[in-house]
Amino acid sequence: MTTLAVPAPRPLKKPGQLFPVMVVVVAILAIWYVGAFFLNAQLARDVFARQKVEPTLSQMIGATYSMERPLLPAPHQVATELWKSTTGYAINSKRSLVYHGWVTLSATLAGFVIGTLLGLLLAVGIVHVSSLDKSLMPWVVASQTIPIVAIAPMIVVVGYNLMNGQLGLSTDTSRFLAKAMISTYLSFFPITVGMVKGLRSPDPMHLDLMRTYSATGWQAFWKLRFPASLPYLFTSMQIAIAISLVGAIVGELPTGAAAGLGARLLAGSYYGQTVQIWAALLAASILAAVLVAIVGYANRLVVRRMGMAR
Amino acid sequence: MGATHQRGHLQPWIAFLGLLAAVGLPLDSADGWRLLPREGAFGWIVILLLAAAAYAAVKAERSPVTAILLALASCAGAWAALDILPGLAGHTGPGFWALLLTAWLLAWALVSQLAAIKPRAGPAGFALKLAIPLIFGAWLLVFWQVIVIALQVPFVLIPPPSAIWSKLISSIPILAADFRQTFLKAVIAGYVLGCGSGFLVAILVDRVPFLQRGLLPVGNLVSALPIIGIAPIMVMWFGFDWPSKAAVVVVATFFPMLVNTVTGLAASQPMQRDLMRTYAANYWQSLFKLRLPEALPFIFNALKINSTLALIAAIVAEFFGTPIVGMGFRISTEVGRMNIDMVWAEIAVAALAGSVFYGVIALIERASTFWHPSFRT
Repeated sequence: MTTLAVPAPRPLKKPGQLFPVMVVVVAILAIWYVGAFFLNAQLARDVFARQKVEPTLSQMIGATYSMERPLLPAPHQVATELWKSTTGYAINSKRSLVYHGWVTLSATLAGFVIGTLLGLLLAVGIVHVSSLDKSLMPWVVASQTIPIVAIAPMIVVVGYNLMNGQLGLSTDTSRFLAKAMISTYLSFFPITVGMVKGLRSPDPMHLDLMRTYSATGWQAFWKLRFPASLPYLFTSMQIAIAISLVGAIVGELPTGAAAGLGARLLAGSYYGQTVQIWAALLAASILAAVLVAIVGYANRLVVRRMGMAR
Repeated sequence: MGATHQRGHLQPWIAFLGLLAAVGLPLDSADGWRLLPREGAFGWIVILLLAAAAYAAVKAERSPVTAILLALASCAGAWAALDILPGLAGHTGPGFWALLLTAWLLAWALVSQLAAIKPRAGPAGFALKLAIPLIFGAWLLVFWQVIVIALQVPFVLIPPPSAIWSKLISSIPILAADFRQTFLKAVIAGYVLGCGSGFLVAILVDRVPFLQRGLLPVGNLVSALPIIGIAPIMVMWFGFDWPSKAAVVVVATFFPMLVNTVTGLAASQPMQRDLMRTYAANYWQSLFKLRLPEALPFIFNALKINSTLALIAAIVAEFFGTPIVGMGFRISTEVGRMNIDMVWAEIAVAALAGSVFYGVIALIERASTFWHPSFRT
């Protein structure tokens, strides 16, 4: 999930991988359908009992797969809801998932970009200033061990109060910036840790070679250290963008945000709209997968362009 | 230092200038006659300590005496600054800032000196490795306290560390109840179940190559998804109490464990596996005697990742509804009531619990994978 190291891009088209994946996906769907039947069976039986009808098996199946507020909606219900709420309404309608997705995505991207820049800056400082390395680096590592997302509501509320109350920004801008702050906060740590490792990855021999060319520190950085660190940067960015999205979603929980995938989850949870929860969850998953895939694609592009492809 | 130039060489001289400023400039911008030398005997002790430390740092660069003097002086400077701070809130003068920055510069000089010492094995080296970040952390707290009070930052934005500490001390029963609910019940149960099932499924996946090709890509995909979003569903299935949080933790910890264990089981050398085969070892023998030990570093990596992930997942899951106890519940309700000091106290407990949990796993890892190259340096 969040901090799990996304492995280095591996060839997806290994022979004979597509079929097993398909089988597993079909198996998951089958388990889902069976689970939906058994989880919703009690609710359906209650409905039939109230109508004083003794349900047949086919009636039971029909009822469990088409409930208004099931315990576990069937896959096709979620897919229908997802389709309906992405294409059924105008894009700027409050009921459209595209609108909510965009609210979350914009905060994610803003936080991710700022977080990446901040992480790069910190990593360069840590690599080049030895007292920063000794004193700051342990805290960067230790910060991975404290529940950062747990602090998120704090940051949102503090940032929101600061910007809405003290600086007088509009509520929407304040919410956006507060969410972006969390995404920044969450995404700059993986970037820092990854880049410190990456900037230190050049062979000492190569660094010595640069020295024999009497290259300045600046030249050694741009011509050797930075290119060598790019694979690490992209791996870190894949983790960072996934965790940025989590940050933006969590950031939508505490300030009573009216829009965004997190707000959809919370609203669905309040009103027992199970299908809506699942649709928002699925939308978030698709968004995360697409974002990670885009970064992975950029990685492959850059690596090939630099002639580093294996 | 002779021929080689040391980076920290400039700091003691700046510290001298800072000391002059701290002595000569007013502490209070509203009261020009409030100077550090007029603060009584304590003020003079601070001035003398700072002067002695700066002098020692310039004269004899690296010696235990210098280090002790630097440590004493920066402590005294910080103490003095914090001591006179409450009377200056909102109108701190240039002398005050000079005092604070001088003490900080001396602490920095101390850190550069400590950082230059060659790392040694044993308790002395360990204490040194601990001391440097601790100095940094302590100064972070000092600056936090000073900036919040001196600039009179509103309490609802960021409370000073002293207020958080007093809140922490005065509400231990509440914090203990929250800790028991969230950590001892939900996190531990979910962690054990999630890691255990992830491990077992990994063995199964390893035994059946078809699953390895089919399940792993799906597992890799799922591990990048915002799993925290399943919290409302789990609340619906398992109720408001801790089992629903434990369920979120199980799902969150399952996939890192699965992916890491499968990777670890593939880590042994083909030669070693061939050797096992020449010994006529069966699957389970080669699993327990060769491949699981080889996989231990990967398994512990997953355990460490999961230790923090579990706590995060449990706390966030509580935002979607809990009985009236729990760390996530407390954070979300006290934020709403603007009791930010209570929130920070809860965060401090969470940070401590997360760090200790991680540390315990790391210690177990060190004890059980002592043979691994990364520990044999």
